[in-house]
Amino acid sequence: MPRADYITLAHGGGGGASEELIEEVFIPAFSNAILDTMSDSAIIDAPENGKLAFSTDTFVIDPIFFPGGDIGSLAVHGTVNDIAVSGGVPKYMSAGFVLEEGFPISDLKKIAASMGEAAKSCGVSIVTGDTKVVARGSADKVFINTSAIGFAPEGIKLSPKRVEEGDLIIVSGTIGDHGIAILTLRKGLEFKTEIVSDSQPLNRLVEAMLEAEPDIRMMRDPTRGGLSATLNEIAKASGKGIVIDEKALPIKQSVSAVCEILGLDPLNVANEGKLVAFAPQESAGKVLETMRDNPAGRQAAIIGRVGGAGPGRVEMKTAFVGNRIVEPLVGDQLPRIC
Amino acid sequence: MKYMTEFRDGEIAEKIARAIKKQSRKKIRVMEFCGGHTISLLKYGIPDLLPDTIEMVSGPGCPVCVTSRGEIDTAIQLTENPDVILASFGDMIRVPGTSESLRQAKAKGADIRIVYSPDDAVKIADENRGKDVIFFAVGFETTAPVTASSIKLAEAMGVDNYFVLSAHKTTPGILGALLAEEVRLDGFICPGHVTAITGTAMYKPLTDACKPCVVSGFEPLDIMSSILSVVQQVEKNVATTEINYRRVVSSSGNPTAQKIMGEVFSPVDAVWRGIGVIPNSGLKPDGAYKRFDACAKFGLKITTDEKETRGCICDKILRGLKKPVDCKLFNTVCAPEEPVGACMVSDEGTCSIYYRFGKEGREVAAR
Repeated sequence: MPRADYITLAHGGGGGASEELIEEVFIPAFSNAILDTMSDSAIIDAPENGKLAFSTDTFVIDPIFFPGGDIGSLAVHGTVNDIAVSGGVPKYMSAGFVLEEGFPISDLKKIAASMGEAAKSCGVSIVTGDTKVVARGSADKVFINTSAIGFAPEGIKLSPKRVEEGDLIIVSGTIGDHGIAILTLRKGLEFKTEIVSDSQPLNRLVEAMLEAEPDIRMMRDPTRGGLSATLNEIAKASGKGIVIDEKALPIKQSVSAVCEILGLDPLNVANEGKLVAFAPQESAGKVLETMRDNPAGRQAAIIGRVGGAGPGRVEMKTAFVGNRIVEPLVGDQLPRIC
Repeated sequence: MKYMTEFRDGEIAEKIARAIKKQSRKKIRVMEFCGGHTISLLKYGIPDLLPDTIEMVSGPGCPVCVTSRGEIDTAIQLTENPDVILASFGDMIRVPGTSESLRQAKAKGADIRIVYSPDDAVKIADENRGKDVIFFAVGFETTAPVTASSIKLAEAMGVDNYFVLSAHKTTPGILGALLAEEVRLDGFICPGHVTAITGTAMYKPLTDACKPCVVSGFEPLDIMSSILSVVQQVEKNVATTEINYRRVVSSSGNPTAQKIMGEVFSPVDAVWRGIGVIPNSGLKPDGAYKRFDACAKFGLKITTDEKETRGCICDKILRGLKKPVDCKLFNTVCAPEEPVGACMVSDEGTCSIYYRFGKEGREVAAR
């Protein structure tokens, strides 16, 4: 009997077709000692000391393949980064797939391979998973949920509550790349640009940063809603004001040009491989140097400081003259970007 | 990004600001007509650079904001027909009509597609011959020629299931209405892109009434130098129309665009949200193109009965009588997330711009 080229409802039925999918697609891509036991749940070693970090995220991006990545690598990086910026070292991951009937198995293989590679490069093992198939039209191609467990060493206390007046704010590289890369592919726009998504893991960068300066106050990855949403969240949670400097923001010229044409603010555009860190003024220089030594932080820059604006407010010193408010975006600027 | 940063040079801005301060004696109120101008003013903090003698007042130049509830209600009503696809610019989707917005109608199952150009709507019509595809046309003279050209495109392609629900508005009527206002305006920063189409003749009633008119671009230095021109005219007691946007605008406008608008549309009385009916300030497909008019095709009449929510002062804001911070609802119950009034809905609406970029009135935030 010839093997199926497309996902059918039988692939979610738990019978032979499901098994075939696991053996043909997932095991080759994810294989590791824990997964290969094929038990109902993964049994993993607990850390000897420290705490566990646990995070989950679901990925529904459209299109599923884009310049700089695909839904598979994104699903790994997104969850790995959530663990990393909380100070955890990501270790184990689960992967849940919702597949639409008729989805090409060749595409699923590509996605699984890309997930496997991404996980490997982050030092994370995909140890358990699940697949469901829904009738054509009930989902769009493929949705992926990933959850991950990380080990957080004792003593890590990243929190917006620790942010202090005078702290410097560092961003790990150019902003807005992911959102604009996705936008340029959308039907009706079809820009020709060389902008690629910044989807990448940040765990090694974070490890290096915390080693250089364990007293970093907090970190976050500005994904949906962009830098403005993240800074506003931190300003509110810390009860401090923030002022950033427009001239200091690292933005690719191509990204800034597309934003200009479409009337978007790069501060509101999503990133998938960037972090923003709050560091004590005295050690911010050292943190910045460490970041620039890491491939994921080459274009890191100090973009502002805590203080100079009312509690909970974010302002930007514009390249022009005065200050303006930085307000988080309302509604959806771009649909399904992650 | 060259040719852009040059218009955002902080040092030149401070030079112009010094010239304005030096030359401005009379206390004046200057209206910037366009939402695009208001965005630049606040985004770049221009009011901080102006002397106390100059008060900037935002005008009605936000096409989404002035689209009436009746027009939105009619669009929603059309989508209740399962054989209709409504195509709209993205900004219109959130604007509340009388009881709901297009976004709410879409969530309930209406077939509403977001397009970037009316030509895309013609394409949708071509691909869905079994359905009636209606383009919800909004905007001033800047977008009306494009709508007209889409109608001609549909005709040329033989797409006979394409229709236009026109909520287009034209500028001369509203300029007259502003002149009739009880509140004093001493000069106008006039819309750059509208004037690029219409030319400058429509400003004559304003200059005849001794109101200097300066057609301005949208970069911060364009606006600063336009304010300086208004000040210079006021101080010399003259009122002429100046074009301070020569890289785009000529005094005769764009004859091709004017011609196609004239061929496809006839003027019609239109309701401006918050303002009311202004005679001959709307456009509808007419003459040889009447069959493209969605209202005629589906036998609909846009209602003119407009009631704003209690406490909302959008009508006064759109006419330059009040500012967003004068409104009790601003930043209390009315915010971009859940807009109450027209000016908070669109990104180019005065209240939304003050909310996003202005520092005034945000300290008392009760969010």
